[in-house]
Amino acid sequence: MSNSVLFKSSIAKKYFMALTGLFLCTFLVGHLLGNLQLIFKTGEEGRRAFNEYAYFMGHNVFIKVLSYVTYIALIIHAVDGIMLTIQNKKARPVKYAYNNPKANSGTASRNMAILGTLILVFLATHMANFWWKAKITEEIPLHSLVKTVDYPVGQNPATGEMITKPIEVTHYLNTNGTYQQFKVKDPSTGQEQKLFDIKNKHEFYDITSGVKIGEGYKDLHTVVMTFFDKNNSSALFGVLFYVISMIVLGYHLWHGFASAFQSLGLNHPLYTPIIKKIGMAFSIVVPFLFAIIPVIIYMNH
Amino acid sequence: MASKFINITLKIWRQKNSNAKGALETYSLNDVSTDSSFLEMLDQLNEQLINEKQSPITFDHDCREGICGMCSLYINGRAHGPDSGNTTCQLHMRKFKDGDTIYVEPWRSRAFPIIKDLMVDRSAFDRIQQAGGFVSVNTSGRTMDANAIPIAKADADKAFQAAACIGCGACVASCKNGSAMLFVGAKVSQYALLPQGKIEATDRVLNMVRQMDEEGFGNCTNTGACEIECPKGISIENIARMNREFLKGALTKS
Ligand code: SF4
Ligand code: FES
Repeated sequence: MSNSVLFKSSIAKKYFMALTGLFLCTFLVGHLLGNLQLIFKTGEEGRRAFNEYAYFMGHNVFIKVLSYVTYIALIIHAVDGIMLTIQNKKARPVKYAYNNPKANSGTASRNMAILGTLILVFLATHMANFWWKAKITEEIPLHSLVKTVDYPVGQNPATGEMITKPIEVTHYLNTNGTYQQFKVKDPSTGQEQKLFDIKNKHEFYDITSGVKIGEGYKDLHTVVMTFFDKNNSSALFGVLFYVISMIVLGYHLWHGFASAFQSLGLNHPLYTPIIKKIGMAFSIVVPFLFAIIPVIIYMNH
Repeated sequence: MASKFINITLKIWRQKNSNAKGALETYSLNDVSTDSSFLEMLDQLNEQLINEKQSPITFDHDCREGICGMCSLYINGRAHGPDSGNTTCQLHMRKFKDGDTIYVEPWRSRAFPIIKDLMVDRSAFDRIQQAGGFVSVNTSGRTMDANAIPIAKADADKAFQAAACIGCGACVASCKNGSAMLFVGAKVSQYALLPQGKIEATDRVLNMVRQMDEEGFGNCTNTGACEIECPKGISIENIARMNREFLKGALTKS
């Protein structure tokens, strides 16, 4: 009861804003490290590494808990921010006819609510484009590899040599990292033969015994690559929107990072200048690295 | 430096009373000495208005030497005008040029209702002070000499810097959120740093912050505008200290 001030007072709101904001900064770093795999490894190796990583992020218990904490932090940050903005607007019912706020404060610091709203809009599209596909929709492709192999069809009775003919074999990447053969296709007849059933979008079942053999990786890598593929007509818009959103994020962090420490009561003649410098570096480097990934994908396709 | 005389146009907020709807009125004023203070310029305008049988402009002032905090005024978009580290009574007309148009508005805050024209009611600050901005001492005649308690020089300096706040309200006026945290931060800090203030520290910070919120001031978002516009150079370090004190108080209060 006596501690209701811990939730209601203006200073408590600052604490919540700061704590959730800094937590979300650590989330950004984690997310960035994952995304960077999209450009550091290329080809099949890159695809496999990224999909394995995405699978790990989606299935590890610790990461799962962390992801729920992230959602909660995001909601608190946004709701708290909206409440603060409404109260702050009320605190000055009549505006100044002539105001010169540039003289005393930075642009980013005065526009945190607008910047935050833009980030929220970006997040909504981001979730729809990637998160929704990774978690919910059935449309996502599984990580498959089509290979042409020489398939033995019989023995030459005269020479005793093996007779082979090329057929296409589709492999799916399993959770244990091995490729499982899914179906074979005879190019001459066009006949397909299934070896496994896929249920629940990613689980492999043996077609004869009905036993679960493994789980396939959702091919998030391909989803990302096609989204930003030059040949895809909406890709340029996607890249531009992404880059602009990262600039917005940078501005938000430009004020937000150091501001969080001040809110938490950490203001010290020795450390505050260092925190401010780290905040500036963070707000440039992190959004920049996020932003170059779709640009590089776009240009390499 | 020889004094000059300039002609200016003034756009001044006129409002009959707290309920009336106000508006900016335009006035021309000639032969203003650049040596006069901003308030003396307003005196000159008022004389002109009285001679023209118009009602003079109401504005707050008292000491006219930068120490009482009574003069306010939002001049050309900034609290206490274009100069820094000064109050309006210490702003001089040499900061303006011949032919300038100068906007003069009252502090804008829900917690500072307008009384008339440029004069606002700042008793919200008094109520915050009364909620905890004091130390309780025995005045029965056996009051202890404050100087008998040793205080570290660094702490005494910081407390003194915080105590330099004159309660003018420029921090609220220039904050985009209309937040009073610099004022309250200064008042909390000035006691929190001293041994005499430690005894009531928990109640003080909780009560003053509660009163601040009840008065309808906005929430601080660390834009730092307040410390730039504060005539006494109060640092937002004091807000951080208040936040620490508040957390400590909120967690330990039983
Ligand atoms: S903190 Fe500065 S601006 Fe605010 S009331 Fe005190 S002296 Fe005025
Ligand atoms: S009139 Fe006292 S500070 Fe300006």
